Amino acid sequence: MKFCIYRYNPETGSQPAMQDYDLELEAGDAMLLDALVLLKQQDDSLGFRRSCREGVCGSDAMNINGRNGLACITPLSSLKQPIELRPLPGLPVIRDLIVDMTQFFKQYHSIKPYLVNNDPPPETERLQSPHERKELDGLYECILCACCSTSCPSFWWNPDKFVGPAGLLQAYRFIADSRDQVTAERLDNLEDPYRLFRCHTIMNCVDVCPKELNPTEAIGKIKNLMVKRIV
Amino acid sequence: MVDRIVTGAHYGLRSWLLQRITAVMMALYALFMAGWLLLHPDLDYDTWTLLFSSDVMRSFTLLVLLALFSHAWVGMRDIVMDYVKPAGIRLLIHVLVILALILYAIWSVQILWGM
Repeated sequence: MKFCIYRYNPETGSQPAMQDYDLELEAGDAMLLDALVLLKQQDDSLGFRRSCREGVCGSDAMNINGRNGLACITPLSSLKQPIELRPLPGLPVIRDLIVDMTQFFKQYHSIKPYLVNNDPPPETERLQSPHERKELDGLYECILCACCSTSCPSFWWNPDKFVGPAGLLQAYRFIADSRDQVTAERLDNLEDPYRLFRCHTIMNCVDVCPKELNPTEAIGKIKNLMVKRIV
Repeated sequence: MVDRIVTGAHYGLRSWLLQRITAVMMALYALFMAGWLLLHPDLDYDTWTLLFSSDVMRSFTLLVLLALFSHAWVGMRDIVMDYVKPAGIRLLIHVLVILALILYAIWSVQILWGM
């Protein structure tokens, strides 16, 4: 099985380069991450992140044959050889397939990703009706792997100003939450030609999301709420 | 560089909304034009000028052209915001685009009412 992997080691001072690898492995049921772990036994200088190995932690997001995805839930049998692996596009590379996610998380933090409710906490819990809870489906499942934001050209050009699909999906997750009390502030926070309106609805985010979520739809709903409050 | 992470600039929605509304206007006008052209397969200059002889048609056409120019302004500004970083060059392009669009608007009036 043939691989072509992006290699970069800042300590050696050499330019990034693609390195070919050969691995004795039958695709079978194996996932791309299994192959990467075997490759690391072959060459322990190869750097990549991974943790849960079942598509829940979002650590092993990378660019696989030109498309962002999670190595741990991408079957090897679905990939054309040589399998070309690159770090997520648009973020600074720390080493090999490891990128610096600071900018991504800075945007995530900027949308205040937590419930704001100034009522004193009730004795048990803040209840929601089944309908209210249903509003959060398709939003709360995001694992912040950054596949979507790093496939978005608007995020590539303005990672410091555009919140990005992942951040905006989470922003809507809290706007849509019946227990949250600061919807207006959240909308104020996003009403900005850069923060929200860099989204030109090209839907790369929907295309790559390994959890099959729809940031574009969430962004549309944020815009609808903004329109509703001015008309 | 100025770090503007914390809060929104409180504008942007109206530009976005303007672009949606103008898009609908242009789509309706395009449908009307396509229909009219289908109904007039042997189009000649006289039929064409007759269509634009009424002030209603001229006004609606001007309205759609103004929609087009405002649509183009938002679109051009979006492109410049995405790709042109130096503030000086960006401002220069903005001014040039605005001047060109105003010029086109004046020119549209001349064409429509000069037919």
